[in-house]
Amino acid sequence: MKIIEVLGPGCNNCKRLETVAREAVAMAGVEAEIRKVTDYGEILAHGVMSTPGLVIDGKVVSVGRIPSAGDIAAWLTE
Amino acid sequence: MTALPMRRAHVPFRVVAPVVVVGWLAAWFVNLPLANWAAYDLLGLEQGSHVGDAVAFFLLDVPKVLLLLLGIMTVVSFLRSYFPPERMRAALAGRGTLPATVGAAAFGVVTPFCSCSAVPLFIGFVEAGIPLGVTFAFLISSPMVNEVALVLLWGLFGPGIALLYMAAGLAVAIVGGLVLGRLPLEKWIEPWVLAVRAGGGATSLDLRLSVEQRLRDAWTSTKDLVRRVLVYVIIGIGIGAFIHGFVPTELVAQIGGRDNPFAVPIVVAIAIPLYSNAAGTIPIVEALLGKGMPLGTTLAFMMAIVAISLPEFVILRRVMKLRLITVFATVVVAGILAVGFLFNALGL
Repeated sequence: MKIIEVLGPGCNNCKRLETVAREAVAMAGVEAEIRKVTDYGEILAHGVMSTPGLVIDGKVVSVGRIPSAGDIAAWLTE
Repeated sequence: MTALPMRRAHVPFRVVAPVVVVGWLAAWFVNLPLANWAAYDLLGLEQGSHVGDAVAFFLLDVPKVLLLLLGIMTVVSFLRSYFPPERMRAALAGRGTLPATVGAAAFGVVTPFCSCSAVPLFIGFVEAGIPLGVTFAFLISSPMVNEVALVLLWGLFGPGIALLYMAAGLAVAIVGGLVLGRLPLEKWIEPWVLAVRAGGGATSLDLRLSVEQRLRDAWTSTKDLVRRVLVYVIIGIGIGAFIHGFVPTELVAQIGGRDNPFAVPIVVAIAIPLYSNAAGTIPIVEALLGKGMPLGTTLAFMMAIVAISLPEFVILRRVMKLRLITVFATVVVAGILAVGFLFNALGL
């Protein structure tokens, strides 16, 4: 089971990233839990300064952009 | 939903890019003759008449502004992806006040930044020990010398005014940053900010992106932006067209003119609530400038629209006490007024 964290205070891009992440989970066919991280302290604790950030199993995979569902699916099955 | 972007991604960029560039250029060059033909021949309006000029202005400006936004913004967003905030922080940390302030203002032009990133960026800077004045220089220049404003100014008024605007914006950011850096403001930062310890996870510097990914990102964010501002652009051009066709030059010159000492403060006061409508406002500015509004008043109007953002202040309230935001806003407004008065006094 993968833990996906979407880092961002809740702006439009963060919401879109969450949607794309859901698509990616379906595409990759893996089991995953998607968590939204809106607390600034926690976002910074990942070293992320530009939102939205994407973290898979504790590892930052994307910062300040919205990757494609295909990219995220690839990270999920890596 | 998912199938479409996936399929598109398979068309090689080598093929797409030249087609897009040629199509863009073709559209750019047929725009003027096409707008004139549509207004004066197709609709049969009289050249030089109020309605004719207003309609021609509208038909010319809507495609022009859209082309500029779609084309140039994609290129600009692509280039900006090479200057993430982490790079700026690494470049600024540990430098002297003056070079760091100038550097932060310059990074404001190229670093991609949206107001929703303002808080993490602010905390990241405080945490790295970057002085508050330097951070403010960035927070002033980033929205003010903003790519939408620059692209539209360049496209509608030419490089002279765009560069002048950029220079004036950088000057406000640098002087503002230096002034704010002199004031004892640290006590007005929310205490929890100082307690945050940033982790050393991967940053955008470690996550290498291919050129194609960057281009795709740039195109996606540009599309988003255009979709968001389209309505304002069309309304703005509509108002601009009305001014262009119907408002007499004497009126604009009289109200906004150099002889009216209240012109600059008035336009700044009007501009403050207009944030997020930068794309829609520039066509209005275009029409006003064409009607003889002096450059200082015009620049101050533009700057106040993009630089003073109430939504951003609300976001910054999370990390700053109200007093700090007030001081920050006051310095920015003072800088903008100074630019307006200076350019008007120089008689440019």
